[in-house]
Amino acid sequence: MDIQIKLFATLREGRGKIVTKEFPPAATPRQVIETLQISEEDVAILLVNGQDGSLDQELHDQDVLSIFPPVGGG
Amino acid sequence: MKGYRGKILRINLDDRSVVKEDLNMEWAKSYIGGRGLGTKYFYEEVDPKVDAFSKENKIIMATGPLSGTPTPTGGRYMVITKSPLTDTIASSNSGGRWGAELKFCGYDMVILEGKADKPVYIDIRDDEVEIKDAAHLWGQTTSKTMELLAKDVGEKAKILNIGPAGEKLSRIAAVMNDMDRAAGRSGVGAVMGSKNVKAITVKGSSKPEIHDMAQLKQVVAAANKSIKENGVTGEGLPTYGTAVLVNIINENGVFPTNNFQTSTFDKAEEISGENLAENYLVKRTGCYGCPIACGRHCKVDDLEAGGPEYETIWGYGADCGVSNLGNIIKANYWCNEMGLDTISASTTIAAAMELYQRGLITDQDLDGVPLQFGNDDAIIEWTKRMGLREGLGDKLAEGSFRLGEAYGASDVSMSVKKQELPAYDPRGIQGQGLAYATSNRGGCHVRAYLISPEILGLPEKLDKFSTEGKPLWVKIFQDLTASIDSLGLCLFTSFAMGAGDYANMYNAAVGTDHTDETILEAGDRIWNLERMFNMKSGLKKEDDTLPKRLLKEAIPDGPAKDKTSLLDQMLPEYYELRGWDTDGVPTEDKLNSLKI
Ligand code: SF4
Repeated sequence: MDIQIKLFATLREGRGKIVTKEFPPAATPRQVIETLQISEEDVAILLVNGQDGSLDQELHDQDVLSIFPPVGGG
Repeated sequence: MKGYRGKILRINLDDRSVVKEDLNMEWAKSYIGGRGLGTKYFYEEVDPKVDAFSKENKIIMATGPLSGTPTPTGGRYMVITKSPLTDTIASSNSGGRWGAELKFCGYDMVILEGKADKPVYIDIRDDEVEIKDAAHLWGQTTSKTMELLAKDVGEKAKILNIGPAGEKLSRIAAVMNDMDRAAGRSGVGAVMGSKNVKAITVKGSSKPEIHDMAQLKQVVAAANKSIKENGVTGEGLPTYGTAVLVNIINENGVFPTNNFQTSTFDKAEEISGENLAENYLVKRTGCYGCPIACGRHCKVDDLEAGGPEYETIWGYGADCGVSNLGNIIKANYWCNEMGLDTISASTTIAAAMELYQRGLITDQDLDGVPLQFGNDDAIIEWTKRMGLREGLGDKLAEGSFRLGEAYGASDVSMSVKKQELPAYDPRGIQGQGLAYATSNRGGCHVRAYLISPEILGLPEKLDKFSTEGKPLWVKIFQDLTASIDSLGLCLFTSFAMGAGDYANMYNAAVGTDHTDETILEAGDRIWNLERMFNMKSGLKKEDDTLPKRLLKEAIPDGPAKDKTSLLDQMLPEYYELRGWDTDGVPTEDKLNSLKI
């Protein structure tokens, strides 16, 4: 299945802004970040299709992941 | 008590008298300093029903006990007055260096009373205080004023001033300092203008004494370590500034677009912090004593200037439907030059765009600069006209609520207590909605930044769509923020620090014996005093609300589709937690327990 991954801030370095990759059925965000060599501590905000996501949820074909490192402001 | 300078400068502009008074130390123990202590003085001295522009209103510049000490971000001060925008207490916070320098002059606060008969500025050098003629400064933009003043008072003096907007009593005028830092909100600049005071310059030569320097060094080292190791304060803010939020908030579907008509902006990437850093950033800047340095200096064409911050990028960007980041930087520059609050100025333009969309403002009113959403020239031109009150700019200078009212459509104003809301749609962030509705100074994100737990997951991740537990979160954030503002530190430190860390710094610098509990209790006391001022000025329970659109019209699309604010489900519990009656009035018991 195809998963689109949107990366932000420092996570873009060496990876680009948007990556689309194929994963086996029922893959999880944890597998996605491992594939992209992003460490768990660098994942501060994880959204799946714009909703709060978790590293171990099951993904579906065409899901969109948004991943942010620890950032903030106001 | 150390940390404080123990003196207030009271300047009466009617008779031009300058009096140096002892700081009321009993009050300082209960209200800390800055926002809290300034509000206590204001509450005791000014009738809450006073007209904000009358000479009976006063304006106070207040530092905290940690301003000008070696604590991280200890350069801040607050401007306290009655707001001409909201009719509530106004207390606007600013960084830069001015606050620390006032402390170096030997004062904790300046209180301005009365009204000068012609434009003046105030020159403070330690003991010497002079009220000087400002005829040559009146009418000048903020940077020109600073340039001219530097010739008068020397390059080393720190300068606080207003721009044309403050002189012309725009209800959304800011007090600016150190070129591009602003005590932005609630029209505090207009109150200064109403008193004919263009600027206050400070140059001091002595530092506040510290109760236990060895201890302070130790707690400051620990605080700096936390700040450095924290992902937000150690890396996110220094690298991208506040603008990094553009993509985060947009991806969550709570990035108000076209005056809150939708909440996802399809061109967010073009105005993102990432794009700003890649294509416009010249250098990072920081306020006095700040290890974070979230400030930006950006360049577009031949213009190089401070900013823009996240809120400004959103206001001129998504909220006006504009994706041209270069023009947003220019609009921000003109906003600062005019001395306008960037949140209120940009969102008032967004409200005007909706009035134009509805056909209420027509081309006849616009002198060739149409106000349709997405017009990236309009944001620059209308900011200038607003600052100078030219043409329709005269109505814009009153803020979005009064602008809407003039067209029989105040519902176009996305404001609370007539102050424009910032860059987070509360329909999809329930706790932030409660924080907006109950803010003591009207629409505001920095009275309780619930974005931290609801979006960023700090200190823990909450479900942003749920109302459960939010009233308590809002209360605790409001109380802690009130104390941080009163100590003289920057709120951004709270990404990395907790109430106990602030208590440790306060104790080491001043010699108090605060704990995390008493720091929060002081915040509660300050919050209730502000509330009492507002109640006496005539505010009611009905004012603790949100714009109708946010309560009734669901977000039409995106990740937060179909959401509205569920304020009614949270407000009663919030009042109860506060110890207020069902009308939102602090009970006798509550006031007694806080010794108000
Ligand atoms: S974090 Fe930013 S706003 Fe706060 S004191 Fe530092 S530079 Fe100023």
